[in-house]
Amino acid sequence: MTANGWLQIAFYLSVILLVTKPIGIFMTRVFNREKTFLDPVLRPVERIVYRLTGVDEKHEMRWTEYAIAMLLFSGVSMALLYFIERTQKWLPLNPQNFSNLEPGLAFGTAASFTTNTNWQAYSGESTMSYLTQMAGLAYHNFVSAAVGIVLAIVVIRGIARKETDKLGNFWVDTTRCLLWILLPVCVLGSLMLVSQGVVQNLKPYTTVQLLEPQTVQVTGADGKTTTQTVTQQVIAQGPVASQEAIKEFGTNGGGFFNANSAHPFENPTPLSNFFEMVLIFAIPSGLTYTLGRMTGAQRHGWAVWAAMAFLFLAGVTTAYWAEARGNPLLLGTNQQTSALHSGGNMEGKEVRFGIANSALFAVITTDASCGAVNGMHDSFTPLGGMVPLINIMLGEVVFGGVGAGLYGIVVFVILAVFIAGLMVGRTPEYLGKKIESYDVKMAMLAILILTFTILGLSAVALVKPFGASSISNPGPHGLSQILYAYTSSAGNNGSAFAGLNVNTMWYNTSTGLAQLLGRFFMIIPVLAIAGSLAKKKVVPESAGTFPVTGGLFTTLLVSTILIVGALTFFPALSLGPILEHLLMAAGKSF
Amino acid sequence: MDPVGQVRRQSLTDTKILSRAIVDSFRKLSPRTMARTPVMFVVEVGAVLTTVQLVGNALHHAGQISFGLQITLWLWFTVLFANFAEAMAEGRGKAQADTLRKARAETEARRLHPDGSKEVVASSALRAGDVVLVIAGEFIPGDGEVIEGVASVDESAITGESAPVIRESGGDRSAVTGGTRVLSDEIKIRITSNPGETFLDRMIHLVEGATRQKTPNEIALNILLAGLTIIFLLAVVTLQPFAIYSGAPQSIFVLVSLLVCLIPTTIGGLLSAIGIAGMDRLIQRNVIAMSGRAVEASGDVDVLLLDKTGTITLGNRQATALHPCLNVTDVELAGAAQLASLADETPEGRSIVVLVKEKYGLRARELAPYNPTFIPFSAQTRMSGVDMDDHQIRKGAPESIAKYVAEKGHEVPAEIMEIVREISNGGGTPLLVAKDSRVLGAIALTDIVKGGMRERFEHLRAMGIRTMMITGDNPLTAAAISRQAGVDDFLAEARPEDKMALIKSEQAKGKLVAMTGDGTNDAPALAQADVGVAMHTGTQAAKEAGNMIDLDSNPTKLIEIVEIGKQLLITRGALTTFSVANDVAKYFAIIPAMFAGAFPQLGVLNVMRLRTPESAILSAVIFNALIIIALIPLALRGVRYRPLGAVALLRRNLLLYGVGGVIAPFIGIKLIDVLVTYLGIV
Repeated sequence: MTANGWLQIAFYLSVILLVTKPIGIFMTRVFNREKTFLDPVLRPVERIVYRLTGVDEKHEMRWTEYAIAMLLFSGVSMALLYFIERTQKWLPLNPQNFSNLEPGLAFGTAASFTTNTNWQAYSGESTMSYLTQMAGLAYHNFVSAAVGIVLAIVVIRGIARKETDKLGNFWVDTTRCLLWILLPVCVLGSLMLVSQGVVQNLKPYTTVQLLEPQTVQVTGADGKTTTQTVTQQVIAQGPVASQEAIKEFGTNGGGFFNANSAHPFENPTPLSNFFEMVLIFAIPSGLTYTLGRMTGAQRHGWAVWAAMAFLFLAGVTTAYWAEARGNPLLLGTNQQTSALHSGGNMEGKEVRFGIANSALFAVITTDASCGAVNGMHDSFTPLGGMVPLINIMLGEVVFGGVGAGLYGIVVFVILAVFIAGLMVGRTPEYLGKKIESYDVKMAMLAILILTFTILGLSAVALVKPFGASSISNPGPHGLSQILYAYTSSAGNNGSAFAGLNVNTMWYNTSTGLAQLLGRFFMIIPVLAIAGSLAKKKVVPESAGTFPVTGGLFTTLLVSTILIVGALTFFPALSLGPILEHLLMAAGKSF
Repeated sequence: MDPVGQVRRQSLTDTKILSRAIVDSFRKLSPRTMARTPVMFVVEVGAVLTTVQLVGNALHHAGQISFGLQITLWLWFTVLFANFAEAMAEGRGKAQADTLRKARAETEARRLHPDGSKEVVASSALRAGDVVLVIAGEFIPGDGEVIEGVASVDESAITGESAPVIRESGGDRSAVTGGTRVLSDEIKIRITSNPGETFLDRMIHLVEGATRQKTPNEIALNILLAGLTIIFLLAVVTLQPFAIYSGAPQSIFVLVSLLVCLIPTTIGGLLSAIGIAGMDRLIQRNVIAMSGRAVEASGDVDVLLLDKTGTITLGNRQATALHPCLNVTDVELAGAAQLASLADETPEGRSIVVLVKEKYGLRARELAPYNPTFIPFSAQTRMSGVDMDDHQIRKGAPESIAKYVAEKGHEVPAEIMEIVREISNGGGTPLLVAKDSRVLGAIALTDIVKGGMRERFEHLRAMGIRTMMITGDNPLTAAAISRQAGVDDFLAEARPEDKMALIKSEQAKGKLVAMTGDGTNDAPALAQADVGVAMHTGTQAAKEAGNMIDLDSNPTKLIEIVEIGKQLLITRGALTTFSVANDVAKYFAIIPAMFAGAFPQLGVLNVMRLRTPESAILSAVIFNALIIIALIPLALRGVRYRPLGAVALLRRNLLLYGVGGVIAPFIGIKLIDVLVTYLGIV
């Protein structure tokens, strides 16, 4: 670990802290339908959208209607993507003449992009046409992010409003989210990325002559090894920048290229890397301020932020420490940081990012349910790779996915308030709303879904040949690979412990299912909580009211997340990354 | 401090209760009973599974007999300990119910027919509407209302209070309870309840916990516990495939042990005991709660409505000073005040006579020679007094006296008006005394605030509870007394309907309101309040409207009720937090033990350095069972409530039960491991 590395991490968190308030205020204004500086341009557009679609913008929905609208919208969008994937061969903008996707992969990918997971069992540059990338995948990057954000807003409204069953209009919220928040930032963000060298074109791939021909060993189908000389390379092209900004800003994470943000066309410079990291946390962090502002409890918003920041720093510290330590099995190799090289475990990392920024990116992308990567998590040291895994297992509440992080942490807040709240001698209250059996039931349901999906599917995959055969490394590392795949899917993260062959019927179907369960079966109880909270009376604050601000609450929240969220996975983790780490220390690798 | 009714304490180690509880804990093993507490039901199922496995192993001469037997035994103990906790909590109530049943024993009653004839029938033959005659020495055969006569009644069977109480027809002291005994005189009673529905019957049900329903908060907590149980069930069930993949499959003993240690058995096992004990603590303080819901609500109370008279101040106002006019002597005023009050039987009137006697040495005089005509107090004139041969003496409210003398062409001297204002401002009630048409001076009646009230209100404030004094006094007087007593707010010149309106407006603001009452005109407000405590001495209507009855009829007991409600919630929260925090240590005991065989490297996680895998797992299971027993006293007594304010209270309890809950099992499991290893049983 170096001072320079720490300085960059500290600088990153400071920038996030700085943007939290302005973004939070802006989102509050957008969703409260107050005046913003963009109104003169966007308001007419918004009106046209409603006129064309027949949306009554004054109509307010109950949580059930909101949920149905959201499910319908997601379902239709998912079908649309599936259709494009299955017919791209005959559609325009396919200069490389990619064929149609087979049903399993098409379903898995459609589920993955609809749920904001962006799990990719394919290589973008060799599978998807430009049309699929733009109208299919990038479209979902925008709308799935918007769905997540508006759901968080509904939950906030549920806390803030009283004695009503009206929680807003799904179509209006989503439209405003797209027009006011996602599109403007992504237009500017794309330009910024283009300035750094991210490509944006619709050209066929470029074939170039190598300056230095490479000789490679190729094993043929008959098992014989032959030597081949490679003189040409195909350089993939495409509308990358326009997809890149929303990939981070909407915490989607689905790369245009297989290498994701490690690819120089997606993430060419340290500055673009920093910019992409800021985009990932911008909305999740801002939403904590929106929570405070809309509920009139700004200090509560900051207390939630502080809990997130604490868990974030704990993750970064562990991952950075583990990666900077290097690999103890590489005896005799100089892994010290020096002027000439970064030291540490550089396997699977980009030299232009180094240890600190790779560890930082890995933590950010898994804290948020982004899943974009600038290094290979599979190549991290066991403990370094466990950090992303735990981050997702916690339910991605450390800032979290856009919207999903906030409503996820609200579930934990409710549990924390309920478990410890009794200890002040009152029926637990959250910002004046009594937490009753219905709310507890829904909160437990949301947490159960995640545990059930991750542990259940991993268990099946590990002992059945159709699952275990995809493992590339045996032993505890293989267990981590499978555990990571389902954790990432159920958590709607989308990053992968590369190495597991997931483009099989079983994995495409089961991960797709995990994504749908992890997204929608989490959302429905959360919306039910919002509906239930909104109906309640507000109990005025008194000296006897449970405090949801300050260090004490933050500590309580962090402990609840760790004990309720993480302990469940402790047995699985101890047979995966922890065991691998201990075996590595004993000289055994996988 | 106010005397608090005699507290019926029974020792936790009462052998009769203890032996009954032990029998009951086995009886409660029935799956139908167990299913009501999902957490313990899972433990029981686990125990059955290991028992079956154990028998199987024994038959097939497979290994793990000693280890399996011990694990199985401790799992059964875990279930039994939880049942024992519940049985102990119920024990005290059952013992008390037995005593009450004796009071309910069949008696004979003298039923009166409309034609005046009498008939002796069994008390069980009485129906609502019957009229009975009860004479001295007899038991009252059923709940009812005195319709004729006055009698002193021994109600100790119900209240535990040995001093007899007066019951009379009309007014607010007319309700009598079946099973109590008339000591003197005779009364006619109209029976108001049918056999089986009497107050005594209800009380027996309540103290026995037979009709106990889960309270809203308990239901929510049960859902949380069930949810956690399912999560850990998932974690343990899926662990086996993980273990098989890793080449280290686990035995059923180990898996069930892990599951039982992880699910929140501590709170799951003690939850119902806490609830029953909370009700029981109220009963020990002579408060009968009609539902657990009301007890729980009392912990949430935001506003306490307290009647001034009898609650904040001692009974009635008393005369404390005389203020004569400039040209009037003390003795002249005292004499007139005495004459005007001799026939005044109100407490205020009597206090004037007492004051005059003590301060001015004037004894009561014989008035007969003067042909006195006493003028009683009337609501219209708001004066009382006496007309004698040559003088007319009046005393009354300043406005009334002013009007009285004005009619005769006089007015109240300015200096007296000044004194009147001063008395009012100081929280007193001024009375003026007039002789013929001349005002002689003023009498100050003052409220005496009970000792210790200020401190109690401060405690309540720290709990976040606002106290409000209800009084019929004018706002000035009310303000002065509320200042003196330290209440937060007051409602002056209150009529019964104002009380109702106040409760509704506080409730509309989302607040929970508690109040006490005894009169029939309190009944609507008692019913409206979230916690309505009716005085046992009160009318039937009041007792039916409230959701609690204080057998001691002590209005300040509301404060204790609130504390018990809070204690109940805190105890639940503390043990839940403790239970969940315990899991950390248990993981560190069991996980390394499970896989130490296949992967010795995982021994690093064995931070407690437990001797062998078997001793580690057994120690965790034993700790998990014993902690239930260890916490029974806490569950029954309740966590002490300290009026500290939420933040300080939370910090304290989090440290104690959260941090303590993380640390305690590390120490406990280690100690048990040392002992188990020393004994060489694994």
